[in-house]
Amino acid sequence: MSAKVMEADDVRRALVRIAHEVIERDKGVDDVVVVGIADRGDHLARRLASQIGRIEGVEPPVGVLDITFYRDDIGLRAEAPEVHETRIDFDVSGKVVVLVDDVLYTGRTIRAAMDALMDLGRPRKIQLAVLVDRGHRELPIRADFVGKNVPTSRADDVRVSIEEVDGVDAVVVEAAT
Amino acid sequence: MKRHLLSMHDVTADEVTRILDTAESFREVGTRVIKKVPALRGRTVVNLFLENSTRTRISFELAAKRLSADVINFGAGGSSVAKGESLKDTALTLQAMGADAIVIRHSSSGSPLQLTRWVDGHVVNAGDGTHEHPTQALLDLSTMRQRLGRLEGLRVAIVGDVRHSRVARSLSHGLVTMGADVTLVGPPTLIPADAPSWGVAVSYDLDGVIPKLDVCYMLRVQRERQRLEFFPSIREYTRLFGLTRERAAALADDAVVMHPGPMNRGVEIDSDVADLPRSVIEEQVTNGIAIRMALLYLLLGGAGEPGDAA
Repeated sequence: MSAKVMEADDVRRALVRIAHEVIERDKGVDDVVVVGIADRGDHLARRLASQIGRIEGVEPPVGVLDITFYRDDIGLRAEAPEVHETRIDFDVSGKVVVLVDDVLYTGRTIRAAMDALMDLGRPRKIQLAVLVDRGHRELPIRADFVGKNVPTSRADDVRVSIEEVDGVDAVVVEAAT
Repeated sequence: MKRHLLSMHDVTADEVTRILDTAESFREVGTRVIKKVPALRGRTVVNLFLENSTRTRISFELAAKRLSADVINFGAGGSSVAKGESLKDTALTLQAMGADAIVIRHSSSGSPLQLTRWVDGHVVNAGDGTHEHPTQALLDLSTMRQRLGRLEGLRVAIVGDVRHSRVARSLSHGLVTMGADVTLVGPPTLIPADAPSWGVAVSYDLDGVIPKLDVCYMLRVQRERQRLEFFPSIREYTRLFGLTRERAAALADDAVVMHPGPMNRGVEIDSDVADLPRSVIEEQVTNGIAIRMALLYLLLGGAGEPGDAA
């Protein structure tokens, strides 16, 4: 059984709201940079940055972060996890980094992302924005900005589709059978 | 991926592409202030270099260290090998110490394969006799793809002492696998008789080949493996098969010059040619670290099945 919990319009509205929240929380965007986690978060990061630009007149820089080398399950899976590209063309030191990912679940990806960021510099602050928070944290991590809280069971599958990759924006929960 | 990398025959075209793609990500790590990621924390990589080598050993050592693996360097001089220990006993010792991967350089062709029969860890061939040197081939393929944008259809000449060159053997096979056109060029005495069966062309006339090339790959004249009967004199060799300034001028505008190092400036390559913008010899070295990081990551980053050694 599957349920659509966000339509394209919901995704758009959530990003607009998060953009406003980031601007309000950080009192402008002078020191804000947006970093998306490959390979869905980077597209959301670009959209969030352009939305912020539309509101504030200044678009914060956007980077892509690959967290593969920082995963805690390397050597546990049969094959080495696939590596993506990291491209952050600015210095993160002293900046407020808004990390962007599609789904917040166990928190392990975010732990890895924070370690990866720390190796690139010393941000003044790291904040977390996610499209969906599905619960079931295994680490003491929470999001600063959430598109939608979606209660799930661990066995459920949360599928995020992104226009840039999948042709359409949507969030679907596939319930365990 | 197979469990070991002994030869370019062990990897398919798709796997080569995967290794090169992964290496692109690791190249970015090399540009950071902190050039280190924790991917292989707690793994042990042994560099078993029983034949002299500086650049390959340092490259593997840096690659493993940048992945946070623990690295042990084991050379012939001053070790138990100098006291007469056999390769098998050395291997069993390293095995007992829990080496996850052994990178081996040995003067005898086939010793890496022999090693796989004694140890459970992954074995990487870092050059065995006159047989193969697959990581050199991979870093060369990576450099060509980076510089020229593709491998398929590239026209590449490998020039010099092909007969004694493990680099030539690995690189020709890698290039053929990736769909490039390879021509081996050198004096007839230094081109192996079975070369046509590698899927490559053979020429004894460097000047005739030069204008059509995308890549001119110069091999080192291996004076340590050379007996005089292969060619009359170094000077004659240079005149016929050296990449002189005049020959380099006959290359196409965007053609590149490569060399696996260490170079004999003035023998197989003129000193000014080695320093031309079209010469990518330093890029080869930089890419070597990224390629070896990618390879160690892909071999050691998965759990692997204990039985899949084949």
